[in-house]
Amino acid sequence: MTQSDFLIPTHTRQRWWHSRSVRRFARHRLAMFGLVMIIVLVLACVFGPWLLPFDDLYIDLRGRFSPPFTGYHFFGTDPLGRDIAARLFMAGRISLLVGFAAMVISTVFGTVLGIAAGFFGGRIGTVLMRFVDAMLSFPNIFLLLAMAAFIKPSPIMITLIIAATSWMEIARIVEAEVRSLRERDFVVAARMLGLSNSHIMFRELLPNAIGPIIVAATLTVARAILLEAYVSFLGYGIQPPLPSWGNMLNGAQQYLDSAPWLAIVPGAAITLAVTSFNFIGDGLRDALDARSDML
Amino acid sequence: MLRYLLGRFWQSLVLLLLVSVIGFAVLNLAPGGPLSQFTLTPGMTQADLDRIASQMGLDRPLPVQYIDWLAHLLRGDWGRSYRDGRPVLDIIWEHLVATLLLMGVSTAIAILVGTWIGVLGALRRYSIFDYAATVGAMVALSIPTFWFGLIAIYIFSLRLRWLPAGNMYTIGDGSLGDYAIHLIMPSVVLALVNIAVWSRYMRTATIDVISQDFVRTARAKGLSSRRVLLRHILGNALLPMITLLGLQLPTILGGALVTETVFTWPGMGRLFLDSLGYSDYPVVMGLLMMSAVLVLVGNLAADLTVAFVDPRIRLS
Repeated sequence: MTQSDFLIPTHTRQRWWHSRSVRRFARHRLAMFGLVMIIVLVLACVFGPWLLPFDDLYIDLRGRFSPPFTGYHFFGTDPLGRDIAARLFMAGRISLLVGFAAMVISTVFGTVLGIAAGFFGGRIGTVLMRFVDAMLSFPNIFLLLAMAAFIKPSPIMITLIIAATSWMEIARIVEAEVRSLRERDFVVAARMLGLSNSHIMFRELLPNAIGPIIVAATLTVARAILLEAYVSFLGYGIQPPLPSWGNMLNGAQQYLDSAPWLAIVPGAAITLAVTSFNFIGDGLRDALDARSDML
Repeated sequence: MLRYLLGRFWQSLVLLLLVSVIGFAVLNLAPGGPLSQFTLTPGMTQADLDRIASQMGLDRPLPVQYIDWLAHLLRGDWGRSYRDGRPVLDIIWEHLVATLLLMGVSTAIAILVGTWIGVLGALRRYSIFDYAATVGAMVALSIPTFWFGLIAIYIFSLRLRWLPAGNMYTIGDGSLGDYAIHLIMPSVVLALVNIAVWSRYMRTATIDVISQDFVRTARAKGLSSRRVLLRHILGNALLPMITLLGLQLPTILGGALVTETVFTWPGMGRLFLDSLGYSDYPVVMGLLMMSAVLVLVGNLAADLTVAFVDPRIRLS
C-alpha cells in the first residue's frame, strides 16, 4: 500500500469503494461460479442453435424418443422426434429473456413505488405499503395462474403478469431503505437548496439505496425464471410450439418411465440458471454489504 | 396486550378488505371478465351476452357490483360452480383438508430437519457441514418443486418401486398406513424449499442467541451443554421462527399447489387447476380468496402465538 492510498481526495472515494466491492465480489467463489455459468448459458442459448445440426421445430416421427447421445442428438429427442438440445437452447432464449424482462419491469415499478412510499411517508406511504402487504397475502402462483388463465398467453403477457406478481419485495426493501435515509443530512440539505421532490427521490435517495436494489433485482431474475417454469409447466405460460424450459417439462410426466431424459434435461437447465442467479445475488449482497432479509 | 391484540385484528381486517378489492379487480378487469367463457359458445350473439350480463348483474357500475359481491362473500355465499352448480364454499371445504394435511406434515418435517441443520451449522460455524448446508440450501431454493417431484417419482416409484407415484390412498384400502405411505413423497418434496429457508434462519437465530450473556451464564453455572442447548439456546432461537412460519405460508401454499398437481393429490391446488381447465370462474375466484384468507389468518395466528409466548412483546 503506497502513501497515496491514504491521501485520497474525497471526490474519488466513490470509485475506491466501488472497486473494493468488485474485489469482494470476485473473491466470492460461488458468485463467480454463478457468473461463469450464466455467461456459458447465455452464449449457449445465443449461438447453440446455429451450431447444432437440428432445427428446434423439425419433427422426425421415425426418430421419436431417441435416448441421449443417439447420433448427434446429445440430449435425445422428444415425443415428436424433435432434438431436445436444439429445443433446450431456443427455450433458454425465451425463459432467460422472460425472466430478465420481468425483473426489469418489476424492479422499476417496485423501486418507484418504494421510493414514493418511503419519501412521502404518512398516509400515502401507509396506503401504498398496505397494498404491498395485500398483494403479498396471495400465494403468487395462485395469482399468476388466475391472471394467466383469462388472457391470451403470449411471451409478452406472461412477462407482464410475472412482473405484476413479483415487484412487492423490491418495493418493501426500497421503502425501508428510503425511510431510513429520509432524515439524513444530505436529504435535508437538498431540501433546503430547494430541489424538487423528484430530484431528491431519484438523484439523491435512489443512488444511496442502489445496493439492496441490485441484490433484490438479481434474486428477482431467479424467481421470475422459476415462476415462468411453473406456469408453463402447468400449461398456462408460454405455449408450444414455442419452447420454454417450463413447457418442455409439461408433457414429460407421462413419459417418465420410458423417456426420463425428457424431464431431467430441461429441469437441470432451470435449476442451473436459477442457482447461478441466486449465487450471484448472494455474492452481491456480501460485496455491497446490503442489508436484506431476503434469503 | 389487549391494545396489541386489537391492533393486530384491525390490521388484518383492513388487509382482508384490500385483498378482496384486488381479488375483485382480477375477476373483473381481466379481458372478457366473467363472461369470457360464454363468448366461446357457438351461436352466442351480443344480445345474448347482454342478457346474461344483466341477469348476472354485470351491467351495474363496478363499485355496486363489488359491494354486492363482498356482501355475498361475507354471508358465506361464494357463488356456484359453473361445472356442477354446487356451492363454491362446499367444494373448497372438501379439498381443504387434504391440502392442510399435506402442508401440516410437510411443515413438521421442514421444522424438524431445518432446525437440526440450522443449529448444527451454527454450533460448528465454518465447518464443512456448515458450508455444505449453506450451498445446499441455495441449491434447494433453486430447484423447481415440480421437477424435484418428478425426479423423486422416477427414482422411488418407477425404479425402486418403494412408494406410490400419486394419489392420497389406494382405492379399496383406506387404512392409516396406506395414507401415510402416500403422504411421504409429496410432503418431503414440498418440505425441501422450507427446510432450506428454515435452516438458514435457524442458523442466524442460533448464532444470535449463542453470543448472548444468559447463555454464558448458563454455561458458567455448570449446566450440561445439552441442557443449555435445549432450554436456553433452542427456546430463544425458535421464537422468531414462529413469525417466519407465518411469513412462509404463501410459499408453502403455492408449493402445495404444484406438488398436488405432480402427485395427483386431491387438494385445493388440484381443484384450482381443474377449475382453470373448465374456466370455472367462481371456483377459481373462491380459491384465490380462500388462499389469501388462509395466509392472513395464519399470519395473525403466528403473531398472536408469539405475543403469548414472548413476555417482551406482552409488556410493550
